[in-house]
Amino acid sequence: MAQVQLTDAKERYLSDFERISPENNGRSWLGELRKGAIAKFGELGLPTLRDEQWRQTNVAAITQTAFKSADARDLTSDEAERLKNYVFAGFEGTRLVFVNGHHWPKESVAAELPKGAIVSSLSEAIRNHPDLIQRHLGQYIADDKDAFVALNTAFMQDGAFIYIPDGTEITKPIHLRFVTSGSDEPEVSHPRNLILMGTGSRATIIETYLGLGDNVYFTNAVSEIVLAERAVLDHYKLQRETAKAYHLGAIQIHLGGECKFANHAITFGAALSRNDIHAVLDGEETECTLNGLYVATDKQHVDTHTKLEHAKPHCRSHQLYKGILDAHASAVFNGWILVRPDAQKTDAIQSNRALLLSDDAAINTQPQLEIYADDVKCTHGATVGELPRDSIFYLRTRGISADEARDMLTYAFANEIIGEIKIDPVREHLEHLIWERFRHGHV
Amino acid sequence: LLELKPEERACEGIFLAFQYPVEIPGVSNTYFLKAALNSIRKYRGLEELDAMDFLKLMRERMKFVEMDETLLNRPVNQGFSGGEKKRNEIFHMAVLDPKLAILDETDSGLDIDALRIVSTGVNSLRDGKRSFIVVTHYQRLLNYIVPDFVHVLVDGRIAKSGGKELAFELESKGYQWIEDEIAAGAGA
Repeated sequence: MAQVQLTDAKERYLSDFERISPENNGRSWLGELRKGAIAKFGELGLPTLRDEQWRQTNVAAITQTAFKSADARDLTSDEAERLKNYVFAGFEGTRLVFVNGHHWPKESVAAELPKGAIVSSLSEAIRNHPDLIQRHLGQYIADDKDAFVALNTAFMQDGAFIYIPDGTEITKPIHLRFVTSGSDEPEVSHPRNLILMGTGSRATIIETYLGLGDNVYFTNAVSEIVLAERAVLDHYKLQRETAKAYHLGAIQIHLGGECKFANHAITFGAALSRNDIHAVLDGEETECTLNGLYVATDKQHVDTHTKLEHAKPHCRSHQLYKGILDAHASAVFNGWILVRPDAQKTDAIQSNRALLLSDDAAINTQPQLEIYADDVKCTHGATVGELPRDSIFYLRTRGISADEARDMLTYAFANEIIGEIKIDPVREHLEHLIWERFRHGHV
Repeated sequence: LLELKPEERACEGIFLAFQYPVEIPGVSNTYFLKAALNSIRKYRGLEELDAMDFLKLMRERMKFVEMDETLLNRPVNQGFSGGEKKRNEIFHMAVLDPKLAILDETDSGLDIDALRIVSTGVNSLRDGKRSFIVVTHYQRLLNYIVPDFVHVLVDGRIAKSGGKELAFELESKGYQWIEDEIAAGAGA
């Protein structure tokens, strides 16, 4: 019975593709890209627990729901009011806002940008810079490995296009905000981002995903990020979807030599969410940091799959993920480090630390090291535990109640990741959010 | 007292200076001390101190143990040397103003300079109203923190009590004679 349902779900997407015929702005290459993607999707089919990559995360809830493609519409006045809770007070910089996967210029803010820099919606960029887009869009992330990535390429409507020319620095952060509004039927959006950074360029980019209603919806997001030599990017992803939402995010990162890249993935929301972050270090002397904090309660399930691919020698990578799980929440952390034969003098560190605040919370953590070079340093570590009792006792002997002591320690645990956020308004907003969440001794 | 929770005992005025103070990454010395002090003040029906007043109090009490201001915003005891940890314990005591302070082998692992500073800090808090229980195995600490009473515990029981001279006697004779006394007493 389940197999029939799955085939039905696949057929539904295939027929939706025929019916909707996503906009190509007259670009045949885009049409070909989409057709190729939907064909790959047809071959792959939707994943089940029997697929190795999805063994620990049951996506039946997503695959068995008939999602309607979300269309562009305005926020209700209630929703606009609620959106104010998500504002980073004091934030200065360019902001692109997307509602249900469509660019919403009304809410966007254009700050001054250096000459040649482009921060625009992808749909606009396809019209204005078709050659640039054609050369890069879909060239980094594979459509033939993941059904959801293939769906995104087939159905993508919009997202952000950021292009930073050689030697250019964008001093103020760029904020990409993806909002999903309320709806009567379950809806899906496929935000697609393309970020291209020239040699020696520098920027800070934050992607946030949030919902404003209490509906069931599915965000299927893909970001391709390419750094040329000596580029420096601080990239943040903040996921605050609503309680019944599903969020799947794939981030493909391609780094040249002497780059400095850091991604900080902060996850709070969604009933079921997954980040697939794949970084390819394709030049020497490059540094890649992947940090993350996931906080889950009730019956949330949070999955993080990272793949750090050292393709060239003398690169350093560092991963620190922390999870805080309460109630019946569950999490998966799968960290794969691949060191190719040429990648001598690789220095790769990976660590996942989970804090379980309840007896029913669970974490499945699996490091994978695939090493083909012989002069490398690779370490991985995973710890799962409770708050340290000695520390709780110490604080109590100073007069602090047990609940307050646990809150302080949980906050401190999370703060190791939050404290690394360099955009002050964002960090302060998150510190406050975390503080509010950890009162009364539980998430 | 034994029925009370640890935080209640602290609020009632008991302070324990640990032999091995724990490190608490991510929680700053200042932050937690302010929360602790205000928790105790609230319990005693006093007004909580705001950030400014608390900072003033901290700066005053820091002098008791010659504490460096840079250690204030560091996470509790993180990366502190043994001597710095013990001084931090006494600093906490100076801020929290307990009625009964228990110093658990405060001298263990301290060099002579650290010992001197810690002892000066403790002595400055001896106001005739506050009580101290100093737990130690060695005379050296007692040269700096001169006790009013000395109690010797054997197997968890007070076996002998006296004035500060008892400590000197132990230093020269050891503990065996007390255990012999107990054995003889038991036999009699």
